[in-house]
Amino acid sequence: MTATPVAALIQERFPQVAGRPSGDWPAFNVPADQVLAVLRTLRDEAGFDVLTDITAIDAGLGHSPRFTAVWHLFSTTGHTYVRLAAACADAARPAVPSATGLWPAANWHEREAYDMFGIAFAGHPDLRRILMWDGYPYFPLRKDFPLAGLETVLPDAEVAAETAAKVQAAPLMGGPFVAPPGTTMDEAEPRAGDQSWTEREEKPR
Amino acid sequence: MATEYTFPDSGAKTAAAAPGSEKMTISMGPSHPSTHGVLRLQLELDGEVVTAADPVVGYLHRGDEKIAENMTYNQFVPYTDRLDYLAPLANNVAYAIAVERLAQLEVPPRCQAIRVLIAELARISSHLMGLGAFGIDVGAWTVFLYTFTEREKLYKLFEELTGARFTTSYTRIGGLARDVPDGWPGRVGEFCDQFLPRLEETLALLTRNRIFLDRTAGIGVISREDAIAYGLTGPNLRASGVPLDLRKDRPYCGYEQYEFDVPVGTKGDCYDRYLCRGEEMRQSVRIIRQVLKNFPGGDWFARDARRIFAPPKDKILTSMEELIQNFMLVTEGPQLPPGEVYFEAENPKGALGFYVVSKGGGVPWRLKIRSPSFCNLSILPKVCVGAMLADIVSLLGSLDFVMGECDR
Amino acid sequence: MVSANAELAYNSKIEGDVVVSRLDAVINWIRTNSMWPMPMGLACCAIELMAVAAARFDIARFGAEVMRFSPRQADCMIVAGTVTYKMAPQVRRIYDQMASPKWVIAMGACASTGGMYRSYAVLQGVDRIVPVDVYVSGCPPRPEALLDALIKLQAKVSREPAARQLFRA
Repeated sequence: MTATPVAALIQERFPQVAGRPSGDWPAFNVPADQVLAVLRTLRDEAGFDVLTDITAIDAGLGHSPRFTAVWHLFSTTGHTYVRLAAACADAARPAVPSATGLWPAANWHEREAYDMFGIAFAGHPDLRRILMWDGYPYFPLRKDFPLAGLETVLPDAEVAAETAAKVQAAPLMGGPFVAPPGTTMDEAEPRAGDQSWTEREEKPR
Repeated sequence: MATEYTFPDSGAKTAAAAPGSEKMTISMGPSHPSTHGVLRLQLELDGEVVTAADPVVGYLHRGDEKIAENMTYNQFVPYTDRLDYLAPLANNVAYAIAVERLAQLEVPPRCQAIRVLIAELARISSHLMGLGAFGIDVGAWTVFLYTFTEREKLYKLFEELTGARFTTSYTRIGGLARDVPDGWPGRVGEFCDQFLPRLEETLALLTRNRIFLDRTAGIGVISREDAIAYGLTGPNLRASGVPLDLRKDRPYCGYEQYEFDVPVGTKGDCYDRYLCRGEEMRQSVRIIRQVLKNFPGGDWFARDARRIFAPPKDKILTSMEELIQNFMLVTEGPQLPPGEVYFEAENPKGALGFYVVSKGGGVPWRLKIRSPSFCNLSILPKVCVGAMLADIVSLLGSLDFVMGECDR
Repeated sequence: MVSANAELAYNSKIEGDVVVSRLDAVINWIRTNSMWPMPMGLACCAIELMAVAAARFDIARFGAEVMRFSPRQADCMIVAGTVTYKMAPQVRRIYDQMASPKWVIAMGACASTGGMYRSYAVLQGVDRIVPVDVYVSGCPPRPEALLDALIKLQAKVSREPAARQLFRA
């Protein structure tokens, strides 16, 4: 860990917390069961009184741990940020504790992380989808979910029956055509993502 | 459609309905003139008084963050325009700075000055729109027309600079799309000179207007503790008495060189939020004038960023190495090192944050957009309770949110 | 822009107080010159829609400045912005609630075809759930482009067999 006052405080109170490589602010990898204690210490003793963001990162299928929840805190007095990351132990049913008891701001951020990744926040009073509609069956920001989406029914049964419209995969014509991240220059040539050929034609085999 | 709607607990005190009366559940939005876009407010009413409110957002969720994982960093710039579409230049600037932080790239002073200039012009544009929409929601038609006239002048400036009236896509990673045209800074100065008296005229329509005061003073009070606890930022936070402005407290892009004041409110009601925005526009003009007075010359892009910013066009068309460099940049994107950064900029709506996680290469692994409007709206379940239905309209207008940013 | 109306001709010396014309002409003249839009303002295009209603581009010249958010009182729904799958049923419901005759202008790239948002959440074109009469391209379209679309819609409406539709039970 870099030597900052907040790092010293965390190191002293929570010896199991490790530093996390970060481009800017102090960042820590916290075991999921200690997250609430670390957040509370940062809020009450280190002056990080604003919860500015909660999000998650999906490392991809096959990585373990797959899902990592990330919290960003801000201090109105010191004007600095701190980042906490906690890995979810189970990739099939990812869960971390909910910070709604510490900040009411956590409520909507955690609903969004649940909606996009399927991470359950234990202790959240009202964990339901916020950006997609309630019956949507998938978690869109997971790496195994295609950008074009998967077919499902429209949220409203009456309108679906009247117009015969469905939620269809967007016609990406073999795209998105992009260089895969995290590759070296020779393998970084943009390749077709091969998602949803068009809605009228299947992808030629 | 379900007839029973259960409202989640919002932490606000709700009163039981008067004996013999029933509460009514209505859905305000998503298609509603006063919800500023596609916000749906599920309201439970006891007569005219709201006893519970549950905002339903996501009607404009377009999948920006997923799209970002499939685009190069420069290809994503047009999507940042459409986040807070009332101040697209400010979003462009915030995104470019965030990605440049990951690359640990410093842009030269001219580029920084131009970015400050366009961010402040965008702030004026956004606050004018917020003012106009707020006015028209509480019934003041003239304010809307006056502010839109001024916005049209700003659009003319933006169009001359970037080619588009408001979806500008002007910044690139490591610089800008092009330099400012000749004479443009002079025209910005002329705009500022004629804008201040017009602004006073427009604000004078509302500031001591009896009807406006009745509709906004003491309405929608957000306490200081609530504002911090719910993650409010921007004029909403400052109106509640918290003197936090990222341009002053955590300066970026050369803001530390400019002198300006930050308006802070006392009561945290709708009227304070309106006053804060009005004053911020005056301070923005002050910053713009300082930038124009000391407008630096020199490069408008980072010159030593070979794998991040495209070389000059004339070199691309004549020299092999620059041609290859341009080809790699366009197809694979600006090559950034692996790592993660989080950067928040003081946008007109609040603190717009970008959390960029990169595994190397030209495409981000994860891009999280921390939206100020999303956080500002999360306080609605608490603040709406006890207000009358007409006050909800004032409250929504004073919070000045944008659904494009909230839902991404 | 507006061509001479050859349908309505009146000479007071011959007709006196009686005006003879085709019923279609009169009905379409009334409809086109007071086309009240229902602004389905969803995203950025809504801002350009507001700019059209404001002083510089002034849609009031065409009789359409009365932006009625109540679908019962509107003639033309201008879908301005990205239609997501979550919002699509509401757009259809509002279209259904509009009284005939009604028309739809799909304003902008997102409403016409999904625009640059080829993703899981965006309906690729509002014509998948409502029938569209005029498409306007642009991201966002300039206000002049929207006025051009309104004029094209007026031209389309003036060719409709209005009398037959009215008297069909």
